[in-house]
Amino acid sequence: MASKSGIKIDLHNVDRSNDISQPLSELAPEEALKHGSDYLKGGIELDLIDEITAAVDENNNKLMKFHGIYMQDHRDHRDERRRQKLEPEYTYMLRARLPGGVCSGEQWLKIDELGRLYGDNTVRLTTRQTFQYHYLEKDSLRKVMLGLREVGLDSKAACGDVARTVMSGVHPGLSKLHKQVYAVAQQTSDHVIHRTSAYEEVWFGEAPAEPRGDGEEPFYGRQYMPRKFKIGFAIPPSNDIDIYSQDLGFIAVASRGKLVGFNVTVGGGMGRTDRAPETYPRIADVLGYITVDQLIPTLDAVMGVQRDYGNRRVRARARFKYTLDDKGVDWVKAAIEDRLGFEFGATKPFEFTSNGDAFGWDTGDDGLEHCTLWIENGRIIDHPDRPLMTGLRKIAQTGLCTFRMTPNQSLILGDVKPEDRPAIDALLEAHNIAPKQISSQLRANSMACVALPTCALAMAESERYLPELITKIEGILGKYDLLEEPITIRSTGCPNGCARPYIAEIALTGRAPGKYNLYLGAGFHGQRLNKMLHENVGEEKILETLDDALGRFAGERLPGEHFGDFTIRAGIVAEVKEGRFFND
Amino acid sequence: MESQASILTTAQWEQINQLASTLDREQAIWVTGYLAGRNSLTPPTVGVPADTNGNGASGAAVNGGAAPIEAPAAAAPAARLATILYATDTGNAKELAGMLKGAAEAKGITAQVADLADYKVRGLKDEQDVLIIAATHGEGEPPPAAVEFFEFIGGKRAPKLDGVRFAVLALGDSTYEFYCAAGRILDERFAELGAERLIDRVECDVDYEDDADAWIASVVDAITPSATPAAPAVNGTAVNGTAPAEAAAPSTYSKRNPFPAAILENHPLTGRGSTKETRHVELSLEGSGLTYLPGDALGIVAQNDPAVVDALLGELGLTGSETVSLKSGEQSLREALTTTLEITASTPRFITNWAELTGSDRLRAYAEGDVKRRTQFLEEHHPIDFARKYPAKGITAEQLVAGLRPLQPRLYSIASSLEAAPDEAHLTVSTVQYNLYLRPRVGVASGYLRGLTDEHTVPVYISENDHFRLPADDVPIIMIGAGTGVAPYRSFLQEREVREATGQSWLFFGERNFRSDFLYQVEWQEWLRNGTLTRLDPAFSRDKGGRTYVQDKLRLRGAEVWDWLEDGAVLYVCGDATNMAPDVHATLRDIVAEHGGKDAEAAEDFLHELKRDHRYRLDVY
Ligand code: SRM
Ligand SMILES: Cc1cc2nc3c(=O)[nH]c(=O)nc-3n(C[C@H](O)[C@H](O)[C@H](O)COP(=O)(O)OP(=O)(O)OC[C@H]3O[C@@H](n4cnc5c(N)ncnc54)[C@H](O)[C@@H]3O)c2cc1C
Ligand SMILES: Cc1cc2nc3c(=O)[nH]c(=O)nc-3n(C[C@H](O)[C@H](O)[C@H](O)COP(=O)(O)O)c2cc1C
Ligand code: SF4
Repeated sequence: MASKSGIKIDLHNVDRSNDISQPLSELAPEEALKHGSDYLKGGIELDLIDEITAAVDENNNKLMKFHGIYMQDHRDHRDERRRQKLEPEYTYMLRARLPGGVCSGEQWLKIDELGRLYGDNTVRLTTRQTFQYHYLEKDSLRKVMLGLREVGLDSKAACGDVARTVMSGVHPGLSKLHKQVYAVAQQTSDHVIHRTSAYEEVWFGEAPAEPRGDGEEPFYGRQYMPRKFKIGFAIPPSNDIDIYSQDLGFIAVASRGKLVGFNVTVGGGMGRTDRAPETYPRIADVLGYITVDQLIPTLDAVMGVQRDYGNRRVRARARFKYTLDDKGVDWVKAAIEDRLGFEFGATKPFEFTSNGDAFGWDTGDDGLEHCTLWIENGRIIDHPDRPLMTGLRKIAQTGLCTFRMTPNQSLILGDVKPEDRPAIDALLEAHNIAPKQISSQLRANSMACVALPTCALAMAESERYLPELITKIEGILGKYDLLEEPITIRSTGCPNGCARPYIAEIALTGRAPGKYNLYLGAGFHGQRLNKMLHENVGEEKILETLDDALGRFAGERLPGEHFGDFTIRAGIVAEVKEGRFFND
Repeated sequence: MESQASILTTAQWEQINQLASTLDREQAIWVTGYLAGRNSLTPPTVGVPADTNGNGASGAAVNGGAAPIEAPAAAAPAARLATILYATDTGNAKELAGMLKGAAEAKGITAQVADLADYKVRGLKDEQDVLIIAATHGEGEPPPAAVEFFEFIGGKRAPKLDGVRFAVLALGDSTYEFYCAAGRILDERFAELGAERLIDRVECDVDYEDDADAWIASVVDAITPSATPAAPAVNGTAVNGTAPAEAAAPSTYSKRNPFPAAILENHPLTGRGSTKETRHVELSLEGSGLTYLPGDALGIVAQNDPAVVDALLGELGLTGSETVSLKSGEQSLREALTTTLEITASTPRFITNWAELTGSDRLRAYAEGDVKRRTQFLEEHHPIDFARKYPAKGITAEQLVAGLRPLQPRLYSIASSLEAAPDEAHLTVSTVQYNLYLRPRVGVASGYLRGLTDEHTVPVYISENDHFRLPADDVPIIMIGAGTGVAPYRSFLQEREVREATGQSWLFFGERNFRSDFLYQVEWQEWLRNGTLTRLDPAFSRDKGGRTYVQDKLRLRGAEVWDWLEDGAVLYVCGDATNMAPDVHATLRDIVAEHGGKDAEAAEDFLHELKRDHRYRLDVY
């Protein structure tokens, strides 16, 4: 095989000491767990009927992730429950699979209903265009999954070492193209989904036709992927899905409104661990161009390489991004092309301008109207003054629109006939949820992960904190007349990066209650990683630093220069050219 | 006389005759008492077949009990044996029985004491003087452990009691509808059966001490053969009865002299969102010399809420600085209302008193009318509600306290084991909270405890409960309890864990909500892990899943419960007396019937057998 550089690559000359070729005893315990789980069934059913505890055993919890479910406990209540001699307040988070974030009004009504019945009256839109329930009780899980099934939804592969829910740009303006890309995304999701009948067996009591044998998972096999695997489709000029953070990305290429092919990206990822330099976020590489009909083979080839060569010994290094750096991009590309039997075409020119959403009404090229609502951190709930959840329900009941979740945790009321718009507007007004002028473009371009109180891994607040921090930053922006300047800010409660913080111009990742790492310098549309400026600092230091940087930005910026680019030019932070150097 | 020969060897019989002939009266009585006393140490043999193989009323056996008495009787015709029977749940009757025995013996009367729970009923007709002290529990029922005796005496199989003399002291609580019902039933039934009433029944309220002492004095007089004049000195000690009581107490601290126990911990066990508040209270017994066994309860001497005292004073236009004289001596009214008198429970005496003070005909009607209506009225009217609805203008402090009864200690099952927590007693206290006339009310003791922190001490004493004991370590136990009813089971398991008991254990626990009310959840989980607890079946009555109660879980597990019983398991039921205990009993009967293949009656008998063999034990309130 020839690579870009034209150098011959010997596919067989590669280190295989950490991959699936090794015996289970040599690999991370999760590998043996998956292998021995009868294709993800494990002992989940028994744990579900245990009346002594609301918890499930830790291995079954790991397996339940493949079914879209995480055991959590209410962290605000941990301490008091300990004193009360009660076990932690265990509840469950369920994440649905919703390729491209698109659902019908009927589906929305069910999503809403289940949230009110079992999910403590809230639904959470996620950074991957789907939704989550929190606070589910163990014996509500089946009811919720049955409810979803009634409207053709499931929570398969929303988590776990498999291909996750597939993202697709929402771009309301390019409706025709969106329809085509969305169709492909759905096709992709159906293709990469794991097949095991354990899901139906555990949750719906449907016994498998015949005992699960080796044919159960033609692609995945008994050990599935080494780690989660994320796929997304971007529709330029919007990079709303943050293509550079996906394990496998497809940048739509169209000619005269028709989808013809994709530029393929590999090896993006955010997750890292503090004080573990061998872990780092990584910007995806663009491998080249494929045509639409080459998509499915490409999925198999790329995922196949990660499945066979990904690190299964050290989980912290199991993501595709590390396979790329360990084996080298050229080697991986060659291995993929070898499986494809053809080479990637030359990358087609493409341009991204932002990774945010455009809020308000927009008319698509199909003449239909789309209203993008800004949902703060994806939290669907009835606020005292803004009954958001109720309002959306009322709108869904009209049957006048579809629903589309954006990669920025927001929501699009889509495909509205012009004549129906007034009806929708009236309901938006009535519930005080119409897309008003947002207090600043910083807030409009903000994202926070869930974190406390539900996330087991959170070290600090995020969703419950970022809004108030932004209010304080807006004080500074006002001072420098930057309220209308689009700047991206993202916060997470730990370094895992669920809100894709390492590609935000301003980012916070939690270290301890009230303490964060502060990062600056990412590219405005997510094309460049940011750089840590301060480690483990509190609000005062954060505000002081931002006041300083934004003050200089206001005074010294070049025309059209973005804040992230400025902080590098001004030498406030150094540019991070590659993930590998993120921790330098 | 052959009958004696049949149990005594001829040699023994001759020795006895020989001895008897040499004894003067005093000596004869002393020996009688000595022998009887030895019998009373082993209650099952009192007035009963000495053999436990149950061949009931065999004459030989009967004489076996009576033999030592009849011999000297020849010499002293007047000497009769006094058999003191008590029916107790919380120990008052037992304590009084001890005092009575002391008083009788001080008069040279031979007396033996037995708990009705252990008393072999068939010996009754052969008794001589039967002195009964009976408490009432439940809703006018006998103490659970004595139920079997009551059923026997009330039933067709009850013997004629001609020649038996008796007297009854009834313990009760006048706020209950069926006041002293248990004592009354025995009193009437003994007469029906032909026994001769020594003195009229005395019924006493929770402040029973004086009435009880007086009754003891007169009943002792009544059975003292006129030949022996009552020696006043002896009489004195007998009447105030302290001597036997103290002697009985393991420590110098007792109900009359409670120990100020320091609070070590006091916090809720119920989680947020709970519809109730149940607290875990840890007390230090260090330096008290107080000890207890799993199954015992702790008496808490609480005080009334100062706010309630103020409110009451306010309503009545009294300052609180007035002095009042009570049995306990002179006190300021405020002090009396705070520490000495019950001010949130109204008694018949109170309503009568208030009717007079106010001249209200409605109150008089209630006071003299139907008991049921009166009881309900009393439950719905604390003294302060009387004061509000039926103002007693110009009432004096003395007039007020005249209607009030002494503040009673409250009992709490001990939820710890000295083996696991030396010098400590843990309680599981549910705070009594309710509204009357839109005003929130809080229970005296549970409210008082809730307000205490580790800077406080609270006066306590041990209230023994021999009816609720663990069996041998290798015997399986089934523990059934709702709410605070699990308290003693925590004590049981702590004890069994330390003793590394091999017997299996099964807990049926009932509460409202899994998430907030699973009392001691993590401890049960740990005991399940380490094998101290074999099985746990929780039942929650207010969860989305639907209402499940302990009896439902019992029924569900009926077959296994029956297996356990067949393997000799001991059953325990603790907690609510009004609903839970009866429902559980009915369910157990069904289980025995279904899985033991018995009809309803046979099943009921089976449960009686279990009770008699101490394999079905209750501690309900
Ligand atoms: C809900 C969501 C954040 C949000 O506010 O929307 C989320 C929430 C969680 N993520 Fe995430 N992640 C979410 C998008 C992401 C993203 C962004 C993305 O995929 O575009 C990332 C970074 C990209 C990447 O994967 O590198 C991300 C990287 C992680 C990681 C780190 C993975 C790694 O390679 O190191 C973890 C921890 C892990 O997997 O061990 C994690 C784990 C979690 C868990 C499940 C915590 C756990 O494992 O116990 C969080 C549940 C919190 C809660 O209470 O809901 N989440 N997580 C997002 C759900 C997306 C979805 O619908 O599937
Ligand atoms: C052997 C024994 C063991 C016990 N063990 C425990 C234990 O382990 N834990 C525990 O919590 N308790 C236990 N109890 C009960 C305890 O002794 C007290 O009775 C209880 O705590 C209430 O006492 P209090 O002083 O707080 O309430 P009180 O001031 O005595 O008030 C209770 C009274 O309030 C009235 N009342 C209650 N609710 C209402 C209502 N809704 N409407 C109108 N009137 C109402 C009733 O008249 C009731 O009798 C036990 C009792 C016994 C006899
Ligand atoms: C749960 C419970 C129920 C009671 N029910 C009655 C009753 O129905 N009628 C009554 O007169 N006294 C009732 N009493 C009061 C007791 O008879 C009284 O406290 C007596 O002194 C207890 O004596 P003991 O300690 O020997 O059991 C009840 C007491 C308790 C704890
Ligand atoms: S970033 Fe960390 S804290 Fe936030 S949701 Fe993800 S795992 Fe939880």
